[in-house]
Amino acid sequence: MAKVRGAIVVDIEKCKGCGLCVVACPSKVIDLAKEVNGKGYNYAYMSNPEACIGCANCAIVCPDTVISVYKVKTEANA
Amino acid sequence: MDIKDIIKEENLVYSKTKVLTDNVMHYCPGCTHGVVHKILAEVIDELNIQEKTIGVTPVGCAVLAYNYLHIDWQEAAHGRAPAVATAINRLYPEKYVFTYQGDGDLASIGAAEIIHACNRGEKMLVIFINNGIYGMTGGQMAPTTLEGMPTSTSPYGRDVKMTGQPLKITELIAQLPGTCYVTRQAAHTPAAVRKLKKAITKAFDNTGKKKGTSFIEVVSTCNSGWKLSPVKSNEWMVEHMFPYYPLGDMKDE
Ligand SMILES: Cc1ncc(C[n+]2csc(CCOP(=O)(O)OP(=O)(O)O)c2C)c(N)n1
Ligand code: SF4
Ligand code: SF4
Ligand code: SF4
Ligand SMILES: [Mg+2]
Repeated sequence: MAKVRGAIVVDIEKCKGCGLCVVACPSKVIDLAKEVNGKGYNYAYMSNPEACIGCANCAIVCPDTVISVYKVKTEANA
Repeated sequence: MDIKDIIKEENLVYSKTKVLTDNVMHYCPGCTHGVVHKILAEVIDELNIQEKTIGVTPVGCAVLAYNYLHIDWQEAAHGRAPAVATAINRLYPEKYVFTYQGDGDLASIGAAEIIHACNRGEKMLVIFINNGIYGMTGGQMAPTTLEGMPTSTSPYGRDVKMTGQPLKITELIAQLPGTCYVTRQAAHTPAAVRKLKKAITKAFDNTGKKKGTSFIEVVSTCNSGWKLSPVKSNEWMVEHMFPYYPLGDMKDE
């Protein structure tokens, strides 16, 4: 059975830690890091990467457009 | 499957459009202005009108919008963007002209300019960012501020006995025969952003067809002015702004 897997890449230094991507994600993939970037913001990262389906919801609502989204179809047991 | 096998060029499904510049936006974290800039840029890219689009920036937090989209821009004095856009449009009728204005800019100091430009049916698009406050200058009351909403100039909440009811200027504009498309949208969820994108696409299409003025209000947040987190601001907007400023098309001719 084909399964969709996704992943996001956050441009950490440009992220402002607003948290809008966190609530937009249907799969609860994203959290704000305890660490901060160069500007002092708790940047977004995939705390639960296995759950990402590559839907791009997080990227679409990001006011600073710092998320890129990748998506692949794989076999379920892969 | 390993993450590094997913993150490969051929699997890329979403990234920043090239119409957006690489400049870091000056907006506060979570500000709606950034989302609307992004969607505007994506539509301009998808319609392939980058070389033909001229934006007119307001006075307000979006005063520096020209730093963020790779298109031609003109800065206008406070509230005067529709007048400047009128001139550009008449000199270059083949261009796609739009104004980008806040609620203080459009509904207060620039109320005359927007009403008359829309009444004349200038062939342009107006993007109206209604965050119910003067964001840039420190959160003063705007014509659009809700009843009872605290601002720096109405610390006990807007008193409508003294200041009148919040101005639904988009409803007024929908009455004008010069407008062909008037809609109220938002940008707080992925679904809302996708709808907003459709609205902006339709509006630019109207401009290309030399129809009248297309007017898109985006009910927005100003989390700094509202003194709430970005996420809480969106919740507050849904609860308080949407009942008074309901989303949807008012006119589509
Ligand atoms: C002629 C003039 N009057 C007043 C100001 C001060 N001023 C700057 S921005 C602004 C209001 C901005 O509010 P809004 O249009 O709602 O934009 P926002 O920052 O909320 O996006 C005002 C009154 C000015 N710059 N020029
Ligand atoms: S929405 Fe964008 S800026 Fe905000 S936390 Fe997420 S990645 Fe960072
Ligand atoms: S692409 Fe979709 S599933 Fe993956 S992190 Fe973003 S919102 Fe969540
Ligand atoms: S003051 Fe308000 S409108 Fe201005 S950038 Fe900050 S959040 Fe956005
Ligand atoms: Mg405002």
